[in-house]
Amino acid sequence: MTAPTTGTAGEAVAEAATGARVEFRGLYRRFGGTLALDGLDLSVEPGELLALLGPSGCGKTTALRCVAGFERPDEGAVLVDGRDITGVPANRRDAGMVFQSYSLFPNLNARDNVAFGLRVRKVPAARRHARARELLELVGLPAVGERYPHQLSGGQQQRVALARALALEPRVLLLDEPLSALDAKVRVALREEIRRLQLSLGITTIFVTHDQEEALSIADRVAVLRAGRLEQVAAPATLYDRPATPFVAEFVGTMNHIPGTASGDRVTVLGQTLPVDGPAVQGGVDVLVRPEAVIPAPDSEGTATVVASSFRGSTARLRVRLADGSELLADVPGHDSVRLAPGVQVTVTLVDRPVLVSTADASNAI
Amino acid sequence: MAALTPAPIAGEPPASAGRGRRGRPRAWRVAVLTLAALYFLVPMAASFWFTVDDPQGFSVDAYGQIFSAPGFGSSLLLSLGLAVATIVLVLLLTLPAMLAVRLGAPRLGPVLEVVCTLPLVVPPITFVAGIGTVLRFGPEYLARTPFYQTIIAMQNPSFPVVLVLAYVVLTLPFVHRSLDAGLRAMDAPTLVEAARNCGASWPHVVFRVIVPNLRSALASASFLTLALVLGEFTVARLLSFQPFPVWIVYISGSQAQVSVAVSLFSLLLTWLVLLAVSVAGRKRS
Repeated sequence: MTAPTTGTAGEAVAEAATGARVEFRGLYRRFGGTLALDGLDLSVEPGELLALLGPSGCGKTTALRCVAGFERPDEGAVLVDGRDITGVPANRRDAGMVFQSYSLFPNLNARDNVAFGLRVRKVPAARRHARARELLELVGLPAVGERYPHQLSGGQQQRVALARALALEPRVLLLDEPLSALDAKVRVALREEIRRLQLSLGITTIFVTHDQEEALSIADRVAVLRAGRLEQVAAPATLYDRPATPFVAEFVGTMNHIPGTASGDRVTVLGQTLPVDGPAVQGGVDVLVRPEAVIPAPDSEGTATVVASSFRGSTARLRVRLADGSELLADVPGHDSVRLAPGVQVTVTLVDRPVLVSTADASNAI
Repeated sequence: MAALTPAPIAGEPPASAGRGRRGRPRAWRVAVLTLAALYFLVPMAASFWFTVDDPQGFSVDAYGQIFSAPGFGSSLLLSLGLAVATIVLVLLLTLPAMLAVRLGAPRLGPVLEVVCTLPLVVPPITFVAGIGTVLRFGPEYLARTPFYQTIIAMQNPSFPVVLVLAYVVLTLPFVHRSLDAGLRAMDAPTLVEAARNCGASWPHVVFRVIVPNLRSALASASFLTLALVLGEFTVARLLSFQPFPVWIVYISGSQAQVSVAVSLFSLLLTWLVLLAVSVAGRKRS
């Protein structure tokens, strides 16, 4: 990827834009028999990048479209800087949007696509062309102004779409799975580019994705949605380390469920006694452990066996079968994958730190 | 374990795929094209031969007489006028309706499709019988209303608006198909949302985003309408009007060679329009 020029063009745009506070207040939206939004309450701080994360059909795109003005909630309100914009038509909202399917106008070249909104506002041709050049430079595509969408790659088209969304200096940027149609390498490069731009412009950004890695890597905060409801909103590290519900724990990252016995603030699991992260519990529990907290060590007298290994470069993910037949996932450094090859007998220990436990009778609480 | 199949080298065509087959499709293509060409060219060649055949040998007099034949200019102009009016009216009816359905009520899409396809299953003779009945009894019922003059004016032989209305119905299936393909290809809902997000009003969306990107589909719908109107005989004849196709049949009674020459001329005209439309469409894409 070509690094965009961050000189005058970037500064000029950065000067113009400032982020707004966006609030979702008790949003309900029903499509036939399906409740897409079920009382969503959420606020996005000025200049923040918030990722809306969740499985397909959880309501994240519906929430974003309510901000853009393409969906009208059945109940509730969308506020921007305290002003209720629920009834404002889509073409009068101060929000730029980037769509999943690029959505560039096929009859216009890249420059005219970027300048489309300026033309709508009757900005003189010379000024809008200069602004389009500035924005194309900002997204790292200074030389494609004369090219038509079909002459651009997917990544280039999405950058032009990003420039178009920024052309009117919106105070809110809405990104609806903008990277999902791109190949893996371009996706990583463009998401870093989006984050860099968002930070330099200070624009409030809502980023919809179903890719947890994407959400965790670029967002200030991640809001996890499930069936139209907010499960948890937190910084990426908090979300990963301290999920508020079993759904979040399962959806964000991978979790091992290991049977254990709790006694107050301690739990005994795999022969180890560890502190419980959360309120005291008693009796049989599921202990939730990330694969990176499982440590297999080669041991000819160990009762566990490595049954599969998947090399991932810097790490390797092992599937380890315990004596009782249950299986665990363990992440080990990549270079350990040779001595921990399938068939090797191992002993398994857990990293000595507080663990989350899930009681069988309380599926929604940890 | 089964041995792995060696992967083909990128960019290199599979060895077995090409050589054996490469010759055959070409031979088939030539054969099919030749048959299709014969199917179209033989009748045309026969028609051409008929127009130039003369007891004294070869003569192109029939072509020379086309422009001086009585009624040629007026009937051709009438047909072209009817075609233009039909194109304008049918596009004004279908484009907004199809856009509204696609953007606002996609579930009504199949209903609209069925309605637009209906004229294909109603024989023109039945259709014109219905129109004829309405035109015959309409004035009686409307005699004391302001619509009396309207129904009379609609049958003005110098420009029979009733034919335009009939042609709009007859062309609906073709226009719907063309526009539907164009709208599907351009992902209209997303483009509309993108334009709205850029601050565009609805008229701006239609005229700056939808119409320019539908240019090929609109051109093709217009061409099909033009071709249909230039060749439509049944409705016009049974309603006693004399546009170009009716005139050709009329003149065939007295000047057979000229009528066939005119038919060939109108075919050529239609082809030229088709060529222009396809060239324009190719430039856009």
